[in-house]
Amino acid sequence: MDWTIWLEWVLKGFILCLVLLTGFAYLTWYERRALARIQVRVGPNRAGPQGLLQPIADAVKLIFKEELTPGRVYKVVFVLAPVLTVVPSLILAAVIPLGSSFTLFGREILLHISNINVGVLYIMSIASIAVYGIVLAGWSSNNKYAMLGGIRSSAQMISYELSLGLCFAIAIVMGNSMNLIDIVNAQRGMWFAVIQPVGALVFMIVTLAEVNRAPFDMPEAEQELTAGYHAEYSGMKFALFFMAEYQKMIVICMIAATLFFGGYREFWFLKDTFFSVDRFWFLGPIYLLLKVIVLLFFMIWIRATWPRIRYDRLMAFGWKVLLPLSLVTVFITAAGILLAQELNNQLYIWSIPVLSIFSAMVAVALVYRDLRRKSHGRF
Amino acid sequence: MTSELIVFLVLSLVAVSSALGMLFSRNAVYSALFLVLNFVTVAVFYLLLGAPFIAMSQITVYAGAIMVLFLFVIMLLGAESLAPAKTLPWQRPLAILLAVILAVESIYLVFARARSDAFVAAPDVAVNSMDNLREMAMILFNQFLLPFEVTSVLLLVAMVGAIVLTKQVKGEQR
Repeated sequence: MDWTIWLEWVLKGFILCLVLLTGFAYLTWYERRALARIQVRVGPNRAGPQGLLQPIADAVKLIFKEELTPGRVYKVVFVLAPVLTVVPSLILAAVIPLGSSFTLFGREILLHISNINVGVLYIMSIASIAVYGIVLAGWSSNNKYAMLGGIRSSAQMISYELSLGLCFAIAIVMGNSMNLIDIVNAQRGMWFAVIQPVGALVFMIVTLAEVNRAPFDMPEAEQELTAGYHAEYSGMKFALFFMAEYQKMIVICMIAATLFFGGYREFWFLKDTFFSVDRFWFLGPIYLLLKVIVLLFFMIWIRATWPRIRYDRLMAFGWKVLLPLSLVTVFITAAGILLAQELNNQLYIWSIPVLSIFSAMVAVALVYRDLRRKSHGRF
Repeated sequence: MTSELIVFLVLSLVAVSSALGMLFSRNAVYSALFLVLNFVTVAVFYLLLGAPFIAMSQITVYAGAIMVLFLFVIMLLGAESLAPAKTLPWQRPLAILLAVILAVESIYLVFARARSDAFVAAPDVAVNSMDNLREMAMILFNQFLLPFEVTSVLLLVAMVGAIVLTKQVKGEQR
Protein backbone atom coordinates (compact mmCIF):
# COMPACT_ATOMS: atom_id res chain seq x y z
CA MET A 1 0.00 0.00 0.00
CA ASP A 2 1.09 3.52 -0.80
CA TRP A 3 2.55 5.39 2.18
CA THR A 4 0.68 8.56 1.21
CA ILE A 5 -2.62 6.80 1.88
CA TRP A 6 -1.44 6.04 5.41
CA LEU A 7 -0.33 9.62 5.82
CA GLU A 8 -3.72 10.86 4.64
CA TRP A 9 -5.59 8.56 7.03
CA VAL A 10 -3.45 9.49 10.01
CA LEU A 11 -3.72 13.20 9.25
CA LYS A 12 -7.49 13.05 8.77
CA GLY A 13 -8.00 11.11 11.99
CA PHE A 14 -5.73 13.50 13.87
CA ILE A 15 -7.55 16.55 12.51
CA LEU A 16 -10.97 15.09 13.32
CA CYS A 17 -9.92 14.33 16.91
CA LEU A 18 -8.51 17.83 17.23
CA VAL A 19 -11.71 19.36 15.88
CA LEU A 20 -13.83 17.33 18.29
CA LEU A 21 -11.67 18.22 21.28
CA THR A 22 -11.73 21.92 20.44
CA GLY A 23 -15.43 21.61 19.75
CA PHE A 24 -15.90 20.13 23.22
CA ALA A 25 -14.04 23.01 24.85
CA TYR A 26 -15.97 25.66 23.01
CA LEU A 27 -19.28 23.84 23.37
CA THR A 28 -18.97 24.32 27.14
CA TRP A 29 -18.45 28.04 26.54
CA TYR A 30 -21.34 28.14 24.08
CA GLU A 31 -23.65 26.32 26.49
CA ARG A 32 -22.75 28.54 29.44
CA ARG A 33 -23.20 31.71 27.43
CA ALA A 34 -26.48 30.57 25.88
CA LEU A 35 -27.86 29.34 29.21
CA ALA A 36 -26.88 32.63 30.81
CA ARG A 37 -28.60 34.60 28.08
CA ILE A 38 -31.77 32.53 28.46
CA GLN A 39 -31.72 33.00 32.24
CA VAL A 40 -30.99 36.76 31.91
CA ARG A 41 -27.47 36.46 33.28
CA VAL A 42 -24.16 37.41 31.72
CA GLY A 43 -22.23 34.15 31.86
CA PRO A 44 -18.43 33.75 31.67
CA ASN A 45 -17.04 36.98 30.20
CA ARG A 46 -13.85 37.61 32.14
CA ALA A 47 -11.19 35.45 30.49
CA GLY A 48 -10.50 36.96 27.11
CA PRO A 49 -12.95 38.82 24.87
CA GLN A 50 -16.51 37.57 25.48
CA GLY A 51 -15.02 34.93 27.79
CA LEU A 52 -13.52 33.10 24.82
CA LEU A 53 -10.49 31.95 26.81
CA GLN A 54 -12.66 30.46 29.57
CA PRO A 55 -12.41 26.83 28.23
CA ILE A 56 -8.61 27.05 28.31
CA ALA A 57 -8.68 28.34 31.88
CA ASP A 58 -11.03 25.49 32.82
CA ALA A 59 -8.75 22.94 31.19
CA VAL A 60 -5.71 24.25 33.06
CA LYS A 61 -7.64 24.17 36.32
CA LEU A 62 -8.79 20.58 35.76
CA ILE A 63 -5.30 19.36 34.87
CA PHE A 64 -3.81 20.77 38.05
CA LYS A 65 -6.58 19.56 40.32
CA GLU A 66 -5.83 16.85 42.81
CA GLU A 67 -6.98 13.51 41.57
CA LEU A 68 -7.85 11.05 44.25
CA THR A 69 -8.73 7.41 43.99
CA PRO A 70 -10.94 6.20 46.81
CA GLY A 71 -9.56 3.34 48.85
CA ARG A 72 -11.85 0.44 48.07
CA VAL A 73 -12.56 0.86 44.38
CA TYR A 74 -11.87 -1.80 41.76
CA LYS A 75 -8.73 -0.07 40.48
CA VAL A 76 -8.39 -1.41 36.92
CA VAL A 77 -12.02 -0.91 35.98
CA PHE A 78 -12.11 2.42 37.79
CA VAL A 79 -9.34 3.74 35.53
CA LEU A 80 -10.69 1.99 32.46
CA ALA A 81 -14.24 3.34 32.71
CA PRO A 82 -13.59 6.99 31.73
CA VAL A 83 -11.46 5.81 28.82
CA LEU A 84 -14.23 3.48 27.67
CA THR A 85 -16.60 6.43 27.73
CA VAL A 86 -14.42 8.85 25.77
CA VAL A 87 -13.13 6.55 23.02
CA PRO A 88 -16.56 5.66 21.52
CA SER A 89 -17.51 9.33 21.46
CA LEU A 90 -14.39 10.06 19.38
CA ILE A 91 -14.46 7.15 16.94
CA LEU A 92 -18.18 7.54 16.33
CA ALA A 93 -17.41 10.44 13.99
CA ALA A 94 -15.22 8.34 11.68
CA VAL A 95 -17.99 7.43 9.24
CA ILE A 96 -19.67 10.83 9.05
CA PRO A 97 -19.05 12.59 5.73
CA LEU A 98 -17.96 16.18 6.34
CA GLY A 99 -18.01 17.22 2.71
CA SER A 100 -17.44 15.91 -0.80
CA SER A 101 -13.80 16.07 -1.92
CA PHE A 102 -11.10 18.41 -3.07
CA THR A 103 -7.80 18.15 -4.89
CA LEU A 104 -4.52 18.81 -3.10
CA PHE A 105 -1.09 18.20 -4.69
CA GLY A 106 -2.79 16.27 -7.47
CA ARG A 107 -4.54 13.88 -5.08
CA GLU A 108 -8.24 13.71 -4.50
CA ILE A 109 -8.85 14.09 -0.77
CA LEU A 110 -12.21 12.83 0.41
CA LEU A 111 -13.70 14.65 3.36
CA HIS A 112 -14.52 11.59 5.42
CA ILE A 113 -12.32 9.11 7.22
CA SER A 114 -13.91 5.89 6.12
CA ASN A 115 -16.64 5.00 3.70
CA ILE A 116 -18.08 1.67 4.77
CA ASN A 117 -21.30 0.31 3.37
CA VAL A 118 -22.68 -0.40 6.86
CA GLY A 119 -22.02 3.09 8.21
CA VAL A 120 -25.32 3.36 10.05
CA LEU A 121 -24.78 0.01 11.73
CA TYR A 122 -21.29 1.12 12.75
CA ILE A 123 -22.83 4.09 14.55
CA MET A 124 -25.36 1.77 16.17
CA SER A 125 -22.71 -0.64 17.43
CA ILE A 126 -20.36 2.03 18.76
CA ALA A 127 -23.27 3.76 20.49
CA SER A 128 -24.20 0.49 22.16
CA ILE A 129 -20.59 0.01 23.33
CA ALA A 130 -20.70 3.44 24.97
CA VAL A 131 -22.98 2.10 27.73
CA TYR A 132 -20.08 0.15 29.26
CA GLY A 133 -18.22 3.19 30.48
CA ILE A 134 -21.16 4.31 32.57
CA VAL A 135 -22.07 0.87 33.94
CA LEU A 136 -18.48 0.13 34.88
CA ALA A 137 -17.87 3.54 36.40
CA GLY A 138 -20.90 3.01 38.61
CA TRP A 139 -19.89 -0.48 39.64
CA SER A 140 -16.17 0.04 40.17
CA SER A 141 -16.70 3.05 42.44
CA ASN A 142 -17.96 0.59 45.09
CA ASN A 143 -20.52 3.13 46.20
CA LYS A 144 -24.26 2.59 46.33
CA TYR A 145 -25.14 6.00 44.88
CA ALA A 146 -22.72 5.62 42.00
CA MET A 147 -23.96 2.13 41.24
CA LEU A 148 -27.61 3.13 41.28
CA GLY A 149 -26.78 6.02 38.98
CA GLY A 150 -24.90 3.75 36.62
CA ILE A 151 -27.66 1.15 36.53
CA ARG A 152 -30.35 3.77 36.04
CA SER A 153 -28.64 5.51 33.19
CA SER A 154 -27.65 2.33 31.41
CA ALA A 155 -31.24 1.04 31.67
CA GLN A 156 -32.34 4.30 30.15
CA MET A 157 -29.79 4.09 27.34
CA ILE A 158 -30.72 0.49 26.48
CA SER A 159 -34.44 1.32 26.44
CA TYR A 160 -34.03 4.32 24.17
CA GLU A 161 -31.63 2.46 21.88
CA LEU A 162 -34.58 0.54 20.42
CA SER A 163 -36.30 3.70 19.19
CA LEU A 164 -32.93 5.00 18.04
CA GLY A 165 -32.47 1.91 15.88
CA LEU A 166 -35.92 2.36 14.38
CA CYS A 167 -35.13 6.00 13.55
CA PHE A 168 -31.98 4.80 11.81
CA ALA A 169 -34.20 2.37 9.91
CA ILE A 170 -36.34 5.28 8.68
CA ALA A 171 -33.28 7.01 7.23
CA ILE A 172 -32.02 3.73 5.76
CA VAL A 173 -35.34 3.05 4.05
CA MET A 174 -35.58 6.55 2.64
CA GLY A 175 -31.94 6.68 1.53
CA ASN A 176 -32.10 3.10 0.23
CA SER A 177 -28.66 2.47 1.69
CA MET A 178 -26.77 2.04 4.95
CA ASN A 179 -23.91 4.11 3.59
CA LEU A 180 -23.99 7.60 5.08
CA ILE A 181 -22.65 9.19 1.90
CA ASP A 182 -25.47 7.63 -0.12
CA ILE A 183 -27.96 8.85 2.49
CA VAL A 184 -26.61 12.40 2.20
CA ASN A 185 -26.71 12.29 -1.58
CA ALA A 186 -30.28 10.97 -1.51
CA GLN A 187 -31.24 14.20 0.27
CA ARG A 188 -30.07 16.36 -2.62
CA GLY A 189 -33.68 16.86 -3.73
CA MET A 190 -35.39 17.02 -0.34
CA TRP A 191 -34.31 16.67 3.25
CA PHE A 192 -35.61 13.61 5.03
CA ALA A 193 -36.73 15.81 7.92
CA VAL A 194 -39.31 17.34 5.60
CA ILE A 195 -40.58 14.00 4.33
CA GLN A 196 -40.52 12.37 7.74
CA PRO A 197 -40.71 15.14 10.40
CA VAL A 198 -41.89 12.76 13.11
CA GLY A 199 -38.91 10.48 12.53
CA ALA A 200 -36.54 13.43 12.88
CA LEU A 201 -38.32 14.61 16.03
CA VAL A 202 -38.25 11.18 17.65
CA PHE A 203 -34.58 10.90 16.71
CA MET A 204 -33.80 14.17 18.43
CA ILE A 205 -35.69 13.16 21.59
CA VAL A 206 -34.05 9.75 21.71
CA THR A 207 -30.57 11.14 21.22
CA LEU A 208 -31.16 13.49 24.15
CA ALA A 209 -31.75 10.39 26.25
CA GLU A 210 -28.77 8.58 24.71
CA VAL A 211 -26.30 11.29 25.63
CA ASN A 212 -27.96 11.77 29.05
CA ARG A 213 -28.90 15.37 28.47
CA ALA A 214 -31.67 17.31 30.19
CA PRO A 215 -34.55 16.55 30.56
CA PHE A 216 -33.31 12.95 30.58
CA ASP A 217 -30.17 13.55 32.65
CA MET A 218 -31.04 10.85 35.14
CA PRO A 219 -27.48 9.75 35.97
CA GLU A 220 -26.72 13.26 37.13
CA ALA A 221 -29.76 13.70 39.34
CA GLU A 222 -27.89 15.51 42.08
CA GLN A 223 -30.87 15.67 44.42
CA GLU A 224 -31.33 11.91 44.58
CA LEU A 225 -27.96 10.39 43.78
CA THR A 226 -25.42 13.04 44.83
CA ALA A 227 -23.96 12.93 41.33
CA GLY A 228 -24.69 9.52 39.87
CA TYR A 229 -22.11 7.27 38.30
CA HIS A 230 -19.22 9.75 38.50
CA ALA A 231 -19.66 10.58 42.19
CA GLU A 232 -16.23 9.16 43.09
CA TYR A 233 -14.32 10.65 40.19
CA SER A 234 -12.26 13.79 40.45
CA GLY A 235 -9.76 15.83 38.47
CA MET A 236 -8.99 14.75 34.95
CA LYS A 237 -10.96 11.50 35.21
CA PHE A 238 -14.10 13.47 35.93
CA ALA A 239 -13.23 15.78 33.05
CA LEU A 240 -13.12 12.77 30.75
CA PHE A 241 -16.77 11.96 31.53
CA PHE A 242 -17.64 15.56 30.94
CA MET A 243 -15.71 15.52 27.69
CA ALA A 244 -17.45 12.35 26.50
CA GLU A 245 -20.86 13.89 27.13
CA TYR A 246 -20.13 17.02 25.15
CA GLN A 247 -18.35 15.21 22.34
CA LYS A 248 -21.30 12.85 22.07
CA MET A 249 -23.57 15.88 21.83
CA ILE A 250 -21.55 17.21 18.91
CA VAL A 251 -21.31 13.87 17.15
CA ILE A 252 -24.96 13.06 17.63
CA CYS A 253 -25.89 16.44 16.15
CA MET A 254 -23.63 15.62 13.21
CA ILE A 255 -25.42 12.29 12.82
CA ALA A 256 -28.84 13.90 13.06
CA ALA A 257 -27.80 16.47 10.44
CA THR A 258 -26.50 13.70 8.20
CA LEU A 259 -29.52 11.45 8.49
CA PHE A 260 -32.35 13.95 8.43
CA PHE A 261 -31.11 17.46 7.63
CA GLY A 262 -29.16 16.92 4.43
CA GLY A 263 -25.69 16.38 5.95
CA TYR A 264 -23.08 18.58 4.36
CA ARG A 265 -25.50 19.49 1.55
CA GLU A 266 -27.12 22.85 1.10
CA PHE A 267 -30.84 23.55 1.48
CA TRP A 268 -32.73 21.52 -1.11
CA PHE A 269 -33.98 24.68 -2.87
CA LEU A 270 -30.41 25.91 -3.37
CA LYS A 271 -29.63 22.73 -5.31
CA ASP A 272 -28.35 24.17 -8.60
CA THR A 273 -27.49 27.67 -7.49
CA PHE A 274 -24.29 29.46 -6.61
CA PHE A 275 -24.44 28.14 -3.04
CA SER A 276 -24.35 24.48 -3.96
CA VAL A 277 -21.74 22.13 -2.50
CA ASP A 278 -21.21 20.76 -6.01
CA ARG A 279 -19.75 24.14 -6.98
CA PHE A 280 -17.50 24.85 -3.99
CA TRP A 281 -16.29 21.92 -1.92
CA PHE A 282 -15.48 24.08 1.11
CA LEU A 283 -19.15 24.93 1.60
CA GLY A 284 -19.74 21.32 2.78
CA PRO A 285 -18.02 21.53 6.18
CA ILE A 286 -19.43 25.05 6.68
CA TYR A 287 -22.99 23.91 6.09
CA LEU A 288 -22.50 20.95 8.42
CA LEU A 289 -21.03 23.21 11.10
CA LEU A 290 -23.97 25.62 10.86
CA LYS A 291 -26.47 22.77 11.13
CA VAL A 292 -24.63 21.33 14.14
CA ILE A 293 -24.60 24.73 15.86
CA VAL A 294 -28.35 25.14 15.34
CA LEU A 295 -29.11 21.62 16.59
CA LEU A 296 -26.83 22.14 19.60
CA PHE A 297 -28.70 25.32 20.41
CA PHE A 298 -31.93 23.32 20.52
CA MET A 299 -30.32 20.92 23.02
CA ILE A 300 -29.20 23.83 25.21
CA TRP A 301 -32.58 25.52 24.90
CA ILE A 302 -34.33 22.36 26.07
CA ARG A 303 -31.95 22.14 29.04
CA ALA A 304 -32.73 25.73 29.99
CA THR A 305 -36.50 25.35 29.85
CA TRP A 306 -37.50 21.82 30.83
CA PRO A 307 -37.46 20.20 34.26
CA ARG A 308 -36.09 16.71 34.69
CA ILE A 309 -38.58 13.91 34.02
CA ARG A 310 -39.31 11.49 36.86
CA TYR A 311 -37.57 8.15 36.30
CA ASP A 312 -40.64 5.90 35.97
CA ARG A 313 -42.23 8.37 33.56
CA LEU A 314 -39.00 8.45 31.59
CA MET A 315 -39.06 4.69 31.15
CA ALA A 316 -42.79 4.68 30.39
CA PHE A 317 -42.26 7.43 27.82
CA GLY A 318 -39.53 5.44 26.11
CA TRP A 319 -41.34 2.12 26.02
CA LYS A 320 -44.99 3.08 25.74
CA VAL A 321 -44.83 6.24 23.62
CA LEU A 322 -41.63 6.51 21.61
CA LEU A 323 -41.24 2.85 20.70
CA PRO A 324 -44.77 2.36 19.27
CA LEU A 325 -44.61 5.76 17.59
CA SER A 326 -41.31 5.00 15.91
CA LEU A 327 -42.59 1.56 14.84
CA VAL A 328 -45.60 3.24 13.23
CA THR A 329 -43.43 5.84 11.48
CA VAL A 330 -41.15 3.13 10.08
CA PHE A 331 -44.20 1.35 8.74
CA ILE A 332 -45.68 4.54 7.25
CA THR A 333 -42.35 5.46 5.65
CA ALA A 334 -41.87 2.05 4.07
CA ALA A 335 -45.50 1.91 2.90
CA GLY A 336 -45.36 5.42 1.41
CA ILE A 337 -42.16 4.71 -0.50
CA LEU A 338 -43.59 1.44 -1.78
CA LEU A 339 -46.78 3.20 -2.83
CA ALA A 340 -44.87 5.85 -4.76
CA GLN A 341 -42.76 3.17 -6.40
CA GLU A 342 -45.59 0.86 -7.40
CA LEU A 343 -47.93 3.59 -8.66
CA ASN A 344 -45.03 5.42 -10.29
CA ASN A 345 -46.12 8.75 -8.89
CA GLN A 346 -43.74 10.68 -6.64
CA LEU A 347 -46.64 12.65 -5.17
CA TYR A 348 -47.61 9.67 -3.02
CA ILE A 349 -44.42 10.31 -1.02
CA TRP A 350 -46.32 13.18 0.63
CA SER A 351 -48.65 10.69 2.30
CA ILE A 352 -45.70 9.97 4.63
CA PRO A 353 -45.58 13.35 6.43
CA VAL A 354 -49.37 13.63 6.59
CA LEU A 355 -49.89 10.17 8.06
CA SER A 356 -46.93 10.35 10.45
CA ILE A 357 -47.90 13.78 11.78
CA PHE A 358 -51.40 12.42 12.31
CA SER A 359 -50.07 9.43 14.26
CA ALA A 360 -47.84 11.73 16.32
CA MET A 361 -50.87 13.85 17.17
CA VAL A 362 -52.77 10.74 18.22
CA ALA A 363 -49.84 9.80 20.46
CA VAL A 364 -49.76 13.27 22.02
CA ALA A 365 -53.53 13.16 22.63
CA LEU A 366 -53.25 9.76 24.31
CA VAL A 367 -50.40 10.92 26.54
CA TYR A 368 -52.35 14.04 27.45
CA ARG A 369 -55.45 12.04 28.37
CA ASP A 370 -53.39 9.63 30.43
CA LEU A 371 -51.66 12.43 32.33
CA ARG A 372 -54.98 14.18 33.03
CA ARG A 373 -56.56 11.00 34.33
CA LYS A 374 -53.56 10.34 36.55
CA SER A 375 -53.56 13.81 38.03
CA HIS A 376 -57.27 13.55 38.86
CA GLY A 377 -57.10 10.07 40.34
CA ARG A 378 -55.25 8.84 43.39
CA PHE A 379 -51.50 9.07 43.53
CA MET B 1 -1.49 -12.55 2.49
CA THR B 2 1.29 -12.24 5.06
CA SER B 3 -0.08 -9.09 6.70
CA GLU B 4 -3.48 -10.75 6.89
CA LEU B 5 -1.85 -13.80 8.48
CA ILE B 6 -0.12 -11.67 11.10
CA VAL B 7 -3.38 -9.90 11.93
CA PHE B 8 -5.14 -13.24 12.16
CA LEU B 9 -2.53 -14.71 14.49
CA VAL B 10 -2.52 -11.70 16.81
CA LEU B 11 -6.30 -11.65 16.90
CA SER B 12 -6.55 -15.35 17.62
CA LEU B 13 -4.08 -14.90 20.48
CA VAL B 14 -6.33 -12.17 21.89
CA ALA B 15 -9.44 -14.25 21.35
CA VAL B 16 -8.04 -17.36 23.04
CA SER B 17 -6.54 -15.47 25.96
CA SER B 18 -9.71 -13.48 26.54
CA ALA B 19 -11.71 -16.72 26.51
CA LEU B 20 -9.30 -18.21 29.05
CA GLY B 21 -9.48 -15.05 31.11
CA MET B 22 -13.26 -15.33 31.08
CA LEU B 23 -13.03 -18.87 32.41
CA PHE B 24 -10.50 -18.24 35.13
CA SER B 25 -11.52 -14.85 36.54
CA ARG B 26 -12.66 -14.99 40.13
CA ASN B 27 -14.88 -11.98 39.72
CA ALA B 28 -18.00 -12.35 37.60
CA VAL B 29 -17.76 -8.78 36.31
CA TYR B 30 -14.24 -9.38 35.01
CA SER B 31 -15.47 -12.58 33.38
CA ALA B 32 -18.19 -10.64 31.61
CA LEU B 33 -15.66 -8.04 30.45
CA PHE B 34 -13.36 -10.71 29.05
CA LEU B 35 -16.35 -12.16 27.22
CA VAL B 36 -17.07 -8.72 25.71
CA LEU B 37 -13.47 -8.53 24.54
CA ASN B 38 -13.87 -11.98 23.01
CA PHE B 39 -17.03 -10.94 21.16
CA VAL B 40 -15.32 -7.86 19.75
CA THR B 41 -12.38 -9.97 18.57
CA VAL B 42 -14.78 -12.34 16.84
CA ALA B 43 -16.37 -9.33 15.17
CA VAL B 44 -12.95 -8.33 13.82
CA PHE B 45 -12.57 -11.88 12.49
CA TYR B 46 -15.79 -11.36 10.54
CA LEU B 47 -14.36 -8.14 9.16
CA LEU B 48 -11.27 -10.05 8.03
CA LEU B 49 -13.55 -12.48 6.22
CA GLY B 50 -15.20 -9.56 4.43
CA ALA B 51 -18.53 -9.63 6.26
CA PRO B 52 -18.97 -6.16 7.76
CA PHE B 53 -22.68 -6.56 8.35
CA ILE B 54 -22.25 -9.63 10.53
CA ALA B 55 -19.33 -7.97 12.32
CA MET B 56 -21.37 -4.89 13.20
CA SER B 57 -24.41 -6.88 14.27
CA GLN B 58 -22.15 -9.08 16.38
CA ILE B 59 -20.96 -5.99 18.26
CA THR B 60 -24.42 -4.42 18.50
CA VAL B 61 -26.28 -7.51 19.61
CA TYR B 62 -23.77 -9.45 21.70
CA ALA B 63 -21.34 -6.88 23.03
CA GLY B 64 -23.80 -4.01 23.09
CA ALA B 65 -27.06 -5.49 24.26
CA ILE B 66 -26.72 -8.97 25.72
CA MET B 67 -23.55 -8.45 27.73
CA VAL B 68 -24.81 -5.18 29.18
CA LEU B 69 -27.84 -7.07 30.47
CA PHE B 70 -25.48 -9.73 31.86
CA LEU B 71 -23.50 -7.07 33.71
CA PHE B 72 -26.76 -5.63 34.91
CA VAL B 73 -27.91 -8.88 36.43
CA ILE B 74 -24.50 -9.52 38.02
CA MET B 75 -24.51 -6.08 39.62
CA LEU B 76 -28.13 -6.12 40.74
CA LEU B 77 -27.76 -9.50 42.39
CA GLY B 78 -24.41 -8.53 43.88
CA ALA B 79 -23.10 -11.79 42.49
CA GLU B 80 -19.60 -10.52 41.71
CA SER B 81 -17.89 -13.20 43.77
CA LEU B 82 -20.09 -15.94 45.12
CA ALA B 83 -18.76 -18.86 47.12
CA PRO B 84 -18.34 -21.91 44.87
CA ALA B 85 -21.59 -23.87 44.98
CA LYS B 86 -21.69 -27.64 45.42
CA THR B 87 -21.10 -29.34 42.08
CA LEU B 88 -23.37 -32.04 40.80
CA PRO B 89 -21.53 -35.39 40.86
CA TRP B 90 -22.30 -36.36 37.27
CA GLN B 91 -21.55 -32.95 35.84
CA ARG B 92 -17.79 -33.10 35.63
CA PRO B 93 -17.35 -36.41 33.73
CA LEU B 94 -20.08 -35.40 31.30
CA ALA B 95 -18.45 -32.02 30.71
CA ILE B 96 -15.06 -33.63 30.10
CA LEU B 97 -16.61 -36.10 27.64
CA LEU B 98 -18.37 -33.35 25.70
CA ALA B 99 -15.24 -31.18 25.67
CA VAL B 100 -13.19 -34.07 24.25
CA ILE B 101 -15.80 -34.64 21.53
CA LEU B 102 -15.78 -30.93 20.65
CA ALA B 103 -11.99 -30.84 20.55
CA VAL B 104 -11.78 -33.92 18.30
CA GLU B 105 -14.39 -32.52 15.95
CA SER B 106 -12.74 -29.15 15.65
CA ILE B 107 -9.28 -30.64 15.15
CA TYR B 108 -10.70 -32.86 12.41
CA LEU B 109 -12.38 -29.88 10.75
CA VAL B 110 -9.25 -27.74 10.95
CA PHE B 111 -7.18 -30.42 9.26
CA ALA B 112 -9.87 -31.18 6.68
CA ARG B 113 -10.08 -27.50 5.84
CA ALA B 114 -6.35 -26.90 5.89
CA ARG B 115 -5.91 -29.07 2.82
CA SER B 116 -7.40 -26.38 0.59
CA ASP B 117 -4.83 -23.71 -0.25
CA ALA B 118 -6.72 -20.78 1.28
CA PHE B 119 -5.68 -20.26 4.88
CA VAL B 120 -9.15 -19.15 5.83
CA ALA B 121 -11.79 -20.35 3.40
CA ALA B 122 -13.33 -17.14 2.11
CA PRO B 123 -17.05 -17.11 1.42
CA ASP B 124 -18.49 -16.75 -2.04
CA VAL B 125 -16.72 -13.90 -3.80
CA ALA B 126 -19.80 -12.89 -5.78
CA VAL B 127 -21.69 -12.24 -2.57
CA ASN B 128 -18.93 -10.08 -1.16
CA SER B 129 -17.97 -8.22 -4.29
CA MET B 130 -19.93 -5.04 -3.84
CA ASP B 131 -22.80 -4.92 -1.43
CA ASN B 132 -23.10 -7.95 0.73
CA LEU B 133 -25.84 -6.27 2.75
CA ARG B 134 -28.31 -6.40 -0.12
CA GLU B 135 -27.30 -9.94 -1.03
CA MET B 136 -27.75 -11.07 2.54
CA ALA B 137 -31.16 -9.45 2.78
CA MET B 138 -32.25 -11.16 -0.44
CA ILE B 139 -31.15 -14.55 0.85
CA LEU B 140 -32.60 -13.98 4.32
CA PHE B 141 -36.01 -12.86 3.10
CA ASN B 142 -36.36 -15.31 0.19
CA GLN B 143 -34.53 -18.54 0.80
CA PHE B 144 -34.59 -18.51 4.60
CA LEU B 145 -37.80 -16.64 5.24
CA LEU B 146 -39.44 -19.43 7.24
CA PRO B 147 -36.57 -19.97 9.72
CA PHE B 148 -36.26 -16.20 10.07
CA GLU B 149 -39.93 -15.80 10.95
CA VAL B 150 -39.90 -18.83 13.25
CA THR B 151 -36.92 -17.36 15.11
CA SER B 152 -38.70 -14.05 15.58
CA VAL B 153 -41.81 -15.82 16.88
CA LEU B 154 -39.58 -17.76 19.29
CA LEU B 155 -38.07 -14.52 20.59
CA LEU B 156 -41.54 -13.03 20.95
CA VAL B 157 -42.70 -16.05 22.94
CA ALA B 158 -39.68 -15.74 25.21
CA MET B 159 -40.44 -12.07 25.77
CA VAL B 160 -44.10 -12.72 26.56
CA GLY B 161 -43.01 -15.50 28.90
CA ALA B 162 -40.69 -13.17 30.80
CA ILE B 163 -43.47 -10.59 31.13
CA VAL B 164 -45.99 -13.18 32.35
CA LEU B 165 -43.53 -14.57 34.91
CA THR B 166 -42.91 -11.18 36.46
CA LYS B 167 -46.43 -9.82 36.23
CA GLN B 168 -48.28 -9.20 39.44
CA VAL B 169 -51.69 -10.80 39.74
CA LYS B 170 -54.45 -8.21 39.93
CA GLY B 171 -55.70 -7.53 43.43
CA GLU B 172 -52.65 -9.05 45.03
CA GLN B 173 -51.00 -6.72 47.50
CA ARG B 174 -47.30 -6.02 47.34
